[in-house]
Amino acid sequence: MSTLVKTMALAFNHGRLTVICALLGVLVLTSVFAPWIAPYGEAQVFPEPFAPWSPEHWLGTDQIGRDILTRLLYGTRNSILIALLATVLAFVIGGIFGLIAAILGGVLDQLLARLTDVLMAIPSLIFALMLLSIFGSTIWNLIVVIAVLESTRVFRLARSVSYGVVVQDYVEVARLRGERLPWIMLREVAPNITAPMLSEFGLRFCFVFLTIAALSFLGVGVQPPTADLGSMVRENANLIQFARFDLRAGITPLVPAIVIALITVSVNALVDWFLLSDGDTPNG
Amino acid sequence: MIALSKIVAGRLLLGIVTLLITSMVIFGAMELLPGDFAQAVLGQSATEETVRAFRAELQLDQPVFVRYFDWLLNALQGDFGQSFSGRASSGYDRSRAVVDLVAPRMSNTILLAGLTAAISVPLALGLGFAAVLYHGSWFDRALNWTVLGAISFPEFLIAYALILLLASLFPVFPALANVSPDMAWDERLSRMALPAASLTIVIMAHMMRMTRAALNDLMARPYVETAKLKGLSRRRIVLVHVLPNAWAPIATVIAFNLAYLIVGVVVVEVVFAYPGIGQLMVDAVTSRDIPVVQTCALVFAGTYIVLNLLADVIAIMTNPRLLHPK
Repeated sequence: MSTLVKTMALAFNHGRLTVICALLGVLVLTSVFAPWIAPYGEAQVFPEPFAPWSPEHWLGTDQIGRDILTRLLYGTRNSILIALLATVLAFVIGGIFGLIAAILGGVLDQLLARLTDVLMAIPSLIFALMLLSIFGSTIWNLIVVIAVLESTRVFRLARSVSYGVVVQDYVEVARLRGERLPWIMLREVAPNITAPMLSEFGLRFCFVFLTIAALSFLGVGVQPPTADLGSMVRENANLIQFARFDLRAGITPLVPAIVIALITVSVNALVDWFLLSDGDTPNG
Repeated sequence: MIALSKIVAGRLLLGIVTLLITSMVIFGAMELLPGDFAQAVLGQSATEETVRAFRAELQLDQPVFVRYFDWLLNALQGDFGQSFSGRASSGYDRSRAVVDLVAPRMSNTILLAGLTAAISVPLALGLGFAAVLYHGSWFDRALNWTVLGAISFPEFLIAYALILLLASLFPVFPALANVSPDMAWDERLSRMALPAASLTIVIMAHMMRMTRAALNDLMARPYVETAKLKGLSRRRIVLVHVLPNAWAPIATVIAFNLAYLIVGVVVVEVVFAYPGIGQLMVDAVTSRDIPVVQTCALVFAGTYIVLNLLADVIAIMTNPRLLHPK
């Protein structure tokens, strides 16, 4: 490839990266500053339900008269925050067990691996539905249930990537030096598996985000009056049938769904870019 | 051939064990219910006798493993117990057998999933093959971008976008898929059109991406290089040299995506109010009707495991290397 083409490809890649980062930046900033940006309160009710788009209510109001733009800002914030918490928790659980399994090996390793096999044999949405029916749908239950189910996949990856690290001489040296398990986990193994774990974090986040959106959409995830992107779609879905009379009303229920899509697409694109630019990652 | 049947038998055995353990997990999850859930199901005004009778019906005085084997043996004979809903605090029991609730809805779901599979599998394979045949062309790239988008979208976005276009703006199909058994076939199919279309788009995106990846993976093999050096056309390479080796990954792709269909079906059924097992499960979760949830989970998990098992077995059977052991 000639230098010119290479430079152009690089510039294009950088351009794409800029677009992705700008998009994600805007989404994250609006969600962080939602309470200050939002024109009204999260659960503030106005007298007119299903109001059309207007200067007062840019996206109209929902079925009980709450400002949809406000709900959208708060919903983005809540959805991102909940998915982020669940993903972080999944990585903490899965990462710790994965590292322990790889470092200690033996019966414990096999036992944990078979346990995750069983947990992964049930589709996670179905499993989550079952567990939520038992524990009830609160935000914390939702986060813990999703985190535990996702941690099985994190465990798998952490374990398989760590296998290559635990046989290295420096880990052996640390062992002989008499270092304890936490030290070996955090100082010897963990720093050497960050690259694959980081890209996995992006992919897992997308999956968790979509699962929680689906659960909330089904009415068993985030409960009202807390705003959330998935449940907003369902609450306003009736507006679609008026699309012929007012196209803007028909589009309104799709807006939160499009925000969900924008977030997952841009995070996915970011992970792709990360994987492409970081060619020398182990197992990358 | 003996080696082959041995491997297949081993896989089947493993599948049965997985099914058993899964049933244990699903049953065991019920043990996590708080101790006073009998009161919660019957309502605060339930008398002590009613609660006691309900607890006796659930055999809560028996050890867990006795109840598990009872439950499993009954389930194998098609008895999944009584639903929790319809029970009154007065003790008057109007609950229905779980199997009566699940069975009619299951046939609806199988119909929807079958229709989706019948459309999406040939379409996805055809498009996947075309993408590999015209690798790097505008067609391949356009397909790639569409697929990448469709995968990242939530299922309900695709479903509602279809409703907006084909039911609301241009009323071609009904937005509600409330089919019933006494409906005429054409009416029923027209109501199922949009749910089937949404599911097809979701599944096809995944299936096409994986078919394309599997085929491109094969295209990088040395024997394809040889075929190219012999001067064969790309079409001939793909159809004659690559395809026989591609059946195993393709079978895996199909079974994997039919398993994915299980998750998609839940959301799509709720969007279109289609009376299937997915919607039943969501309703049961909302009303915390545990026996129905358990049964639905068992059905979904069982289908998922069986489909994955099928993919494994087909992959083994179609592997040309295993058919001719050295």
